[in-house]
Amino acid sequence: MTTSELSLSVRDLACERGGRLVFEGLSFSLGHSEALVLTGPNGAGKSSLLRQLAGLLDVTQGEIELSGGDPERTIGEQAHYVGHLDALKPSMSVVETIEFWRSFLGSIPQGAETALEALGLAHLADLPVAYLSAGQRRRLSLARLIAVPRPIWLLDEPTVALDAASVARLVALMKGHLGHGGMIVAATHLDLGLDGARQLRLGAGVAV
Amino acid sequence: MMRAFLALLARDLRLAVRLGGGGGMAVFFFLVVIALLPLGIGPDRELLARVAPGMLWVALLLAALLTLDRLFQADYEDGSLDLLSMGSLPLELVVVAKALGHWLTTGLPLVVVTPLLGVLLNLPGEAYAPLILAMLIGTPALSFLGAIGAALTVGVRRGGLLASLLVLPFYVPVLIFGTGAANAASGGFSGEAGQQSLILLAAVALSSLVLGPLGGAAALRANLR
Repeated sequence: MTTSELSLSVRDLACERGGRLVFEGLSFSLGHSEALVLTGPNGAGKSSLLRQLAGLLDVTQGEIELSGGDPERTIGEQAHYVGHLDALKPSMSVVETIEFWRSFLGSIPQGAETALEALGLAHLADLPVAYLSAGQRRRLSLARLIAVPRPIWLLDEPTVALDAASVARLVALMKGHLGHGGMIVAATHLDLGLDGARQLRLGAGVAV
Repeated sequence: MMRAFLALLARDLRLAVRLGGGGGMAVFFFLVVIALLPLGIGPDRELLARVAPGMLWVALLLAALLTLDRLFQADYEDGSLDLLSMGSLPLELVVVAKALGHWLTTGLPLVVVTPLLGVLLNLPGEAYAPLILAMLIGTPALSFLGAIGAALTVGVRRGGLLASLLVLPFYVPVLIFGTGAANAASGGFSGEAGQQSLILLAAVALSSLVLGPLGGAAALRANLR
């Protein structure tokens, strides 16, 4: 993973959903080992911005540029997107889910167990996803972040349904990711306590 | 890339086997429709023999359509499709993997039970081989053309019926050439007529292998964004 020189810049970005302008004139840049926390009221466009960054939503105006990454791959292919939907299949077991994402997202040989242990799911490895609680499902979809190393993490309300211990675990993982030169953009209502994380309040416009 | 392709195919096969809903249901539907036919038409064995190839094909088309709407719908609803589009595998190959999985779990089992159902309809002995061969060639086209319809209706609630209406017209060439091959054999025409039908059927199938992934991926992109 060559993330040392990674930098993401967003210039004059606008987002339109269903004929309504969600935000416009949005500009910010983010370097390696930096985190950006998106805040703002419901409907301010936090999720839309994350989806635009992941390449899941068309950019009608403005541009998103990543420099220092793999030029052969799109931003989406170098990023993890953890959204409201958990992308889990009830009939697959916990470990099968991780193994699938590892081989599908073209991973390097880091064991599925490492990812499960990082999120405290190791003891549930053989359980079908259907029997997991909401918090455990959320942790399983977050385990993808560890199972497949990618430099950019796009997290949409990652702490939903997590208990205090799991939130602490997630924050520790996020700090570790930043420590390795990664980049995080997270929408959250909770103060994660990431030191030096920049804030972008949507609805207000500019990064502080 | 190959690894990602195989991983997706293996996942789809595993899900199909575990859920049991897809292929098994299509085979059962096929069986029931064919079993009902002699009851509706009456026990005229000659008449049954004459309509058998066409009826088998029509029932097979409908059975294949039955499972089509879930091709992308489940992945769309739980967010998997977002992540599938963020892998290194091009969306076209994602469609190939899913359509191939659909064929292996639906099309192939339908072909396998066809000889048994042929007996129910008094299918002439000499028509078995050409009919099965035609079905083996034609059923992949059903999955790959169907993928376009399934991808177009992926965001539509209860889109199954709409997908069927969109896709059925494109199944017509498969039906015509598929029954043509079997009818040529049972009708005592020269082998050449049957052969031509098979060749044209293969042409339809091969073009669907190209058009299905391209059209399906384009439709998915339009629906995702």
